[in-house]
Amino acid sequence: METVISHPLFVPLLLALCIIAFAPLAVAGTVLLERKVLADIQVRLGPMRVGPHGVLQTIADAIKMLLKEDIIPDDSNKGMFKFAPVISFFTAAICLTVVPFSERLRVADTNVGLLVVSAMSAVGILGIILGGWSSNSHYSLLGSLRSAAQLVSYEVALGLALISGVMAAGSLSMVEIVRQQQARGIWFVFDNYGLMILPFVIYFISSVAETNRAPFDLPEAESELVAGYHTEYSGFRWGIYMLAEYLNMFVVGSVAITLFLGGWLRPFPNVAWLEIPMNYGVPVLFFGLSGLWCLPASRKLPSAIHKAGLVFIGLCLILVAAVFAIPVANAALSAPFWFFFKLATFLYVLIWMRGTFPRYRYDQLMDIGWKRMIPLGLAAILLNALVGILRT
Amino acid sequence: MPEGYLPIFIFLPVAVAFPIVLLLVFRWLRPSVPGGAKLEAYECGIKAASNARGRYTVRFYLIAILFVIFDVETIFLFPWAVRYKMLGWFGFAEISVFLAILVVGYIWAYKKGALEWV
Amino acid sequence: MLDTMFFYMFALLAVAGAILTITMRSAVHCAISLIASLAGVAGLYLLQKAEFLFAVQLVLYIGGIMVLFLFVIMLVNLDSAAKERQFHRRWAGGAVAAVLAGASALWLLSKGAPSFGSPVAQAAPSPDGNVEQLADLLFRQYLVPFELASLLLLVAIVGSVLMAKKRTS
Repeated sequence: METVISHPLFVPLLLALCIIAFAPLAVAGTVLLERKVLADIQVRLGPMRVGPHGVLQTIADAIKMLLKEDIIPDDSNKGMFKFAPVISFFTAAICLTVVPFSERLRVADTNVGLLVVSAMSAVGILGIILGGWSSNSHYSLLGSLRSAAQLVSYEVALGLALISGVMAAGSLSMVEIVRQQQARGIWFVFDNYGLMILPFVIYFISSVAETNRAPFDLPEAESELVAGYHTEYSGFRWGIYMLAEYLNMFVVGSVAITLFLGGWLRPFPNVAWLEIPMNYGVPVLFFGLSGLWCLPASRKLPSAIHKAGLVFIGLCLILVAAVFAIPVANAALSAPFWFFFKLATFLYVLIWMRGTFPRYRYDQLMDIGWKRMIPLGLAAILLNALVGILRT
Repeated sequence: MPEGYLPIFIFLPVAVAFPIVLLLVFRWLRPSVPGGAKLEAYECGIKAASNARGRYTVRFYLIAILFVIFDVETIFLFPWAVRYKMLGWFGFAEISVFLAILVVGYIWAYKKGALEWV
Repeated sequence: MLDTMFFYMFALLAVAGAILTITMRSAVHCAISLIASLAGVAGLYLLQKAEFLFAVQLVLYIGGIMVLFLFVIMLVNLDSAAKERQFHRRWAGGAVAAVLAGASALWLLSKGAPSFGSPVAQAAPSPDGNVEQLADLLFRQYLVPFELASLLLLVAIVGSVLMAKKRTS
């Protein structure tokens, strides 16, 4: 047993299994968060029926999707139609393997981790193209053409923004990038006297476009394209595309956090006296207060089962808060806590944008990509290089 | 193989198998009644007027080829970005010349209206 | 042991993909076979510890050039083109080309034969990674080719824009 645990591949493989097992659950959580936040923005309640405050809604949706008929159109290229969603899924999932959730909590640390992410998201475009083409439907084909053109347009800007980040870190290894931020005591977004904010903004906008999210959700512009490249997909095959899309959100969020926002580091990583309030105070308060809120809120719910459910959730959250107060557990958990806290904030901002901004027209989208983002990205690189060389 | 890649290659078949296995397992639980209108390609409820595969605008092609060109350019920048502090002003001058030549092409394409969508 | 296994897997992928690329009838199937072949070659690069080249192969060839290929296949209906007279009917030309290619490959292999048996010269282990070494070489030793690559890209921009613009206007 000892030898198994101390084997260098033990943590990576365990975590790989965890990613496969928990990523769909995390996606379910994100979908629920999205529906709830959008509902809140639009002053309605959102899902309320399945579980207290609808917390089990997406689980129910997933089961429904698995049990739905899988329709494969007659005119489609069958084999390709069946396999295309899988391409989208596995490329997104592999990107997550090079992301370090904390110093030790990672599946793989490669010298070119950042490029592995770029490579896999580039391969992921094939899933969309082949899915749309093999459906043999006008909407699917046009949707996939548009989607692929959008993805490749913003990939250039994304790459240019990544280069600015790589320049600050001097490495392409995801772990090394965070270690550099630790050593310098600064998140790279604030580096070079604040100049790094420019590539960060470019990265953020491009990544929203890369994940097909509002206001760049043209591939799924339902008013003109029905559902874009996955018009012909139904049941769980459609669900795989959905999973891949949300996994891609996690991926761009994780890369943004690793490269610009300090990865697993807490805010102000070089200020020693903030250690206790940041690593103990924030998680304990975060989980504790949300747990405590559940207890009185449960009284307002109509049914006894929902009341009991919310109390149970509240107690679980308080338990988690208590775990974070134990020094041994805190040492191991505070780094991943900060990573996932930042990731959740990133996802929240994406959802917030979806609730706020109207959709761009296609020519506007291309204009932003080719005429604004690329020149800005090049300028950011040269500016940061100048300042970077002058500082040394 | 360089270290660090083995977990990825172990992960790869698992990630490919996960959706396929789920689909295969639930095949026994979900209904399958193919036939009729639901097997036609969606066309707002009417029969599809034509095969979807036809000729589409050349602009998509232009976007794709410009993407390949600029992608090559970004790839060339990565090694420099890793080492730019050690290469110093010499490297900076090199990359400036490299980018300047490309920016000329970019401005020319801009002026020609190649980046215009409509 | 593990490396050998991976080598045969990638080599099989590369060769089988290449063969399917030229034998499949549908253009999309050809493109997919070519993708498989390129992925196999990327794996071979990785086995040679050329990590940067591995990533570049995936980003540029599969994510860039093959996407371009698929775009072109999607933009024009190639089903009608497939019905036309096929190139593979030209047996005589094909045979001559195959013999010539085989002969040149054999000649090159026989020229390099002495190096097959000898132990591979190991590059001195360096603290720097693959990308760093590449940067030093590219920006110190191979300066002119690097700048020429930029000119080549410029030519590519001009050519593609002119070609596409001629059709639209």
